[in-house]
Amino acid sequence: MSTPDDLPRMDRRKALQWMLTATATMAVRDPNLFAADTSPIKAKGYGPDPVMVKVYKPGDVWPLTLTEPQRRTTRALCDVIMPADETSPSASALGVPDFIDEWISSPYPAQAGDRRLVLEGLQWIDQEANTRFGKAFADLALEPQTAICSDLAAAKPQPEYKKQVSFFKRFRDLTAGGYYTTPEGMKAIGYVGNIPSGTFEGPPIEALKHVGLA
Amino acid sequence: MPLITADKLQDSYDVVIVGSGAGGGQTAYTLTMEGLKVLILEAGRSFDVQSEVAMLQLPSQAPLRGEKTPDKQYGFHDCSINSGWDIPGEPYTNANKEPEDQFRWWRQRMMGGRTNHWGRITLRNGPYDFKPRMRFDLGFDWPIGYDDIAPYYDKVEMLIGVFGTNEGLENSPNSSPGVLQPAPKLRVGELYAQKHGKKVGAHVTSIHRAVLTIPQDADTLPAKLHPGNAKAQSILADSMRTRSPCFWATDCHRGCAIRANYDSQTVHLRPALATGNLDILPNAMAREVTLDKQGRATGITFINKVDGSEGHATGRAVVLAASSQESVRLLLNSKSNAFPQGLANSSGKVGKYITDSVSSSLSAHIPAFEGMPIHNEDGAGGPHAYVPWTMHAQNGKGELGFPGGYHLEFTSGRQMPSLTVLNGIESRLGHEGVLFGPKLKEEARRYYGCHLGFGAQGTMLPNDGSFCELDPELKDQWGIPVLRFHWKWTDFELNQAQHQQQHIRELLEAMGGKVSARTEKEKTKLLRQGGTVIHEVGGAIMGADRESSVSNQWSQTWDVKNLFMADGAPFASTADKNPTLTIMALAWRMADHLMDEMKKGNI
Repeated sequence: MSTPDDLPRMDRRKALQWMLTATATMAVRDPNLFAADTSPIKAKGYGPDPVMVKVYKPGDVWPLTLTEPQRRTTRALCDVIMPADETSPSASALGVPDFIDEWISSPYPAQAGDRRLVLEGLQWIDQEANTRFGKAFADLALEPQTAICSDLAAAKPQPEYKKQVSFFKRFRDLTAGGYYTTPEGMKAIGYVGNIPSGTFEGPPIEALKHVGLA
Repeated sequence: MPLITADKLQDSYDVVIVGSGAGGGQTAYTLTMEGLKVLILEAGRSFDVQSEVAMLQLPSQAPLRGEKTPDKQYGFHDCSINSGWDIPGEPYTNANKEPEDQFRWWRQRMMGGRTNHWGRITLRNGPYDFKPRMRFDLGFDWPIGYDDIAPYYDKVEMLIGVFGTNEGLENSPNSSPGVLQPAPKLRVGELYAQKHGKKVGAHVTSIHRAVLTIPQDADTLPAKLHPGNAKAQSILADSMRTRSPCFWATDCHRGCAIRANYDSQTVHLRPALATGNLDILPNAMAREVTLDKQGRATGITFINKVDGSEGHATGRAVVLAASSQESVRLLLNSKSNAFPQGLANSSGKVGKYITDSVSSSLSAHIPAFEGMPIHNEDGAGGPHAYVPWTMHAQNGKGELGFPGGYHLEFTSGRQMPSLTVLNGIESRLGHEGVLFGPKLKEEARRYYGCHLGFGAQGTMLPNDGSFCELDPELKDQWGIPVLRFHWKWTDFELNQAQHQQQHIRELLEAMGGKVSARTEKEKTKLLRQGGTVIHEVGGAIMGADRESSVSNQWSQTWDVKNLFMADGAPFASTADKNPTLTIMALAWRMADHLMDEMKKGNI
């Protein structure tokens, strides 16, 4: 069966028409694999009295729902947004894609809008990758991946990208927030607290000097 | 006497208390230390602060990075269970449709009540706060003045442990010498605001919070609090010695397993249980205050939530400390031939005059903080400083367009990052478009810790449009009629909110801050909705006479002399100070009076 990887090179307009047709016929057979299934989540939440001290990971309370192709795209996009550098790892190395899966699989109403936005956005970005570069987004090199993202991140994006811009902005917030809430992410951003200590010494002299207080 | 189940209730108690939070906890503590036999009914389950609170867990260790959900409305690690503004099976209604005319009602259904998740800010009301009519010709004067309650503020502060400094400020009273614990050093942002705030008349100083910064003085405090009572002194000394001072990490809203900050269980219920004079029945939802033929309260009818059965607890006196509006609801639901409009309601004032803190906030990016040397400023799990209200001269002359005032609380710093840590980074840093890739990581390092804001909390005087009554139709899951709220801001609150916004903006700009929010023209949009500060008080206000109020200066209802209020319900107005400390001081004072009346044979 066809996957977005098999799409022939063609212009954007034709590609979209082709995709719409293909989606309509294939969705019947395998909706999860190909089309964005944005139907509401029916799982249960953690309830009003969860064990607070337990350490949870995505998937512990409700099932994750991204398909493997969607997960590949999510991983790739997360790492374009938060790549590894000399001091800190990439988003996928910190499990951020799992968090995004947990988020869009959440049974709570506040995430329902994000579910639709993200799933449709992931589908769009794969289509866009195929249209422009003939490969799925995850199979592209960093440069074409960045080119697609830059169109959405531009100061004045093309009006036709309106919906995709909202997707990218939201996906960026989730990726960055998911990243900086991990121990490695906290270190990367410069948060060094959460360590019990016998005393509180106040700001160091260098910090006071930095703002002209010493 | 311990935590019990409904079948272990004793035939009768000296006092039956509804609620185990700040007011119920303080009342139970005071009474049991003096030998009275007391029962507390708590609607929530028992909760073990030592083993159940999540102190050092990270957001990445919670579902959805710990963000708010309908199940955990203050976030996953917040020390609240079975609690929220909307609780399944426990509805309430609003008479009005517009959001600004609605009241949102937080319920904390767990042992210790709301004391589990508050900010531990413990500011004393000042002399003006008790006499708004005398000062502004508005609202109602309380039947007590500052001097009546000052000794109880001292006692509560010594008992619970409060850090802070005495600044000798007008209407923000000093504590007596030796009462306060040392204040922690201020953080960079707090010091920076202290220096630059002077330009706009903002006086930044140490805040008062119920967090131990050093061990409590278990050798001398118990004798000061319980003179001549060796047993009470010994129990309190033991309790104080089991409390550890702050270990300078984690947000106090998560609760405190090392017992450094105040919550009702840690400070009140534990020693009260140790006296052997206290029974606590959890999962007991109070439904009605019962009366005898002479019109005296005889106890409380409750629903045992474990099996849905109904039970009754009997006492010589009844104290309602269920949270202000839950206590009001109990009174309104306790109808009889003698009190067809609800108990203690011959004045028709039960449910009237609800107030909440008048609150708005604003934040900014402070460029001076960019590139700050990395350091740990967790501190005491909440603010170390605040901006007390000092513009008394102006509003005394009526120049500001509102009575009372407000204080400012710091809202940020180099806190533990949450999921929203970078939301809005572009507008704050002046970027267009969306940052991503290496540039995002670079800007995140520059941006983090540069965000600083203030939340204002101010005076609200009672008005005729903010009240509650029983909903004529709706009942909760136990068949108990629910409350219907009415809410109305007056021009005073709206003017105050506008002043708050302008003052905070000036303060942030004096620090070089870039405020990204536009000036909101619609005043009602500036204000946090009624009830959302969770400082609601009133509904059974104390006053000088039985025609205009529900209770007297002892929080004793005029109509039923063995029925007392020990939560925020007797407050005749909201000061610009957070209410919890005053709830405890009034509860202790009420309990002393209750015991006096019992000794005199009046109850």
